[in-house]
Amino acid sequence: MTTPQFSAMEPVLEVAGLNTLFATPEGDVRAVSDVAFAIARGETLGIVGESGSGKSQIFMSVMGLLARNGRASGSVRVTGTEILNAPVAELNRVRGARMSMIFQDPMTSLNPYLTVRRQMTEVLMTHKGLGEEAAAQASIEMLERVQIPEAGRRIGMYPHEFSGGMRQRVMIAMALLCGPELLIADEPTTALDVTVQAQILDLLMQLKRDTGMAIALITHDLGVIAGLADRVIVMYGGRIVEQAPVRDIFRRPQHPYTEGLLKSMPRLDEHGVTRLQTIGGQPPNLQNLPSGCAFRDRCAYAFDLCAAERPDLTSLGEGRARACHLPQLGEVA
Amino acid sequence: MLSYFIRRLAGAIPTLFLIIAVSFVLVRLAPGGPFDKERKVPATVEAKLIEKYHLDEPLPQQFARYVAGLAQGDFGPSFKYPDRSVSELIGIGFPVSLTLGLSAIALALAAGIGLGIWAALRQNTWIDYLCVGTAMLGIAIPNYVFAPLMTLVFGLMLGWLPVNGWGEPRHMVLPILALAIPQVATITRLTRASMLEVLNSNFVRTARAKGLPEMVTLLRHTIRAALLPVVSYLGPAVANIVTGSVIIEEIFRIPGIGRYFVQGAINRDYTMVLGVTILFGALIILCNLIADLCYSLLDPKVRYD
Repeated sequence: MTTPQFSAMEPVLEVAGLNTLFATPEGDVRAVSDVAFAIARGETLGIVGESGSGKSQIFMSVMGLLARNGRASGSVRVTGTEILNAPVAELNRVRGARMSMIFQDPMTSLNPYLTVRRQMTEVLMTHKGLGEEAAAQASIEMLERVQIPEAGRRIGMYPHEFSGGMRQRVMIAMALLCGPELLIADEPTTALDVTVQAQILDLLMQLKRDTGMAIALITHDLGVIAGLADRVIVMYGGRIVEQAPVRDIFRRPQHPYTEGLLKSMPRLDEHGVTRLQTIGGQPPNLQNLPSGCAFRDRCAYAFDLCAAERPDLTSLGEGRARACHLPQLGEVA
Repeated sequence: MLSYFIRRLAGAIPTLFLIIAVSFVLVRLAPGGPFDKERKVPATVEAKLIEKYHLDEPLPQQFARYVAGLAQGDFGPSFKYPDRSVSELIGIGFPVSLTLGLSAIALALAAGIGLGIWAALRQNTWIDYLCVGTAMLGIAIPNYVFAPLMTLVFGLMLGWLPVNGWGEPRHMVLPILALAIPQVATITRLTRASMLEVLNSNFVRTARAKGLPEMVTLLRHTIRAALLPVVSYLGPAVANIVTGSVIIEEIFRIPGIGRYFVQGAINRDYTMVLGVTILFGALIILCNLIADLCYSLLDPKVRYD
């Protein structure tokens, strides 16, 4: 492993040519195809897409957490260190330390048979070489930072003694113990009550301001992205179809799929009764992707070229890129 | 915890009483009696015997007499072995059965858990298929088939081990194997299935995401959780092995309690059969209680108070 170079310009995470395949009895399923992106220091990147778009599998590949039948190829660099398909011992020096991840379901993501204390201290003892007592003290302080009341007492409890929102706070505290430069949050609020969702997102943003870490926020909820992300990647059929600064994507989406997503968001500022718009059709079958553009069957603007040739992700300038054959789209009303 | 334990023990008394009452009636319902022999004893002798063992009294009175004896720890006299009490005979036979059963369980646990973990970690490789295949055989073939086969191969053909008898360690090898094999098979399958489930669980994914060394993830996070189903299986299994050695003891001519049980049943030795039944009942209740307590130590969601 090379020593990481901490230049100001260097991204925290750099993914290039990432392909993730799952071997199934019916043949290979291509969950992620030719994905490349980077996350700058302190940046919040939103990754949006529907179920099966490959958004989570990108980060499972990054973290080395793919299911047994999954294989990833390409390049993943964390602050300059290549970690894709690295030996587990090498990977373990990065994950949990420089890069952490929290998951969708806080009810099952904590070990039900161990105390919160054990589950937290083991992280510091592994990565920082702290003793049991020092690790416990640091863990209590971290629990206080994520606003868990009576942290000193509650650290001795088991996960089932915490509510869902509190468990997600514990997960966050656990992820931040070693002061990571990147936090990957995979749908961190999907399983929580709406009021709790807002609290957790607020907490994440506050912690981000305090620590300066970068966040990769995986979600299917554009509303979450709007409030929190600096930049957005839209995934469809395992590929990036659009990439843009967050403000631009809401004002002027450049891919018909992004446009469809935006139109299908319920809006409170529209008076009268309007039917919620949906994107017709079904997400593509990743085992047998159609020729050309994966979205063409559901796209209102599709024409001959869309079936013949797959559009590449091309830059539009101003930090924007999209994969579409259409002329540039106008502003959304 | 302690009060729970005491309450569970107290709760076992009615169960045990029911076992006593039902077996007492059932054993009397069986045709024949303890003094029926091929050669009929003179009527006067039989009448004397019947009087001596109080078999002339009405059944409820006999039952009351028996239970009163039990309350003082007296299982009554054996009808078959004059001058020996059932308590004495159990005292001779039970330690033998217990040694046999506990050794078999220890072997089954070590082998079953080891193979199950190995198979799960090598899922869908030849190691996995071998473990699962062998386990299927172990479950499918009853131990009264295994036992004579092993006797034939290791005892008669190879001459490595004695085919029966008791007293030396080498006498124990075949009976322990015969008792353990079906349990090894069951525990292997149980451990493997449970390991696979835990390996795919979200909390093991979290442990990996935290960058813990593989060994910590495996020992602290995976195996501990995966052994819970084995613990709950173990309660009834220990009781089954210790009491179920009846056939194995018969095959290998081992002077354990199982043989007294079988002989007692054949000879209509009422007190002997009852004594062993009560002992087995108590053992099953105790094993289940111990398994429950172990479970509560491993799973913090289960707390008794």
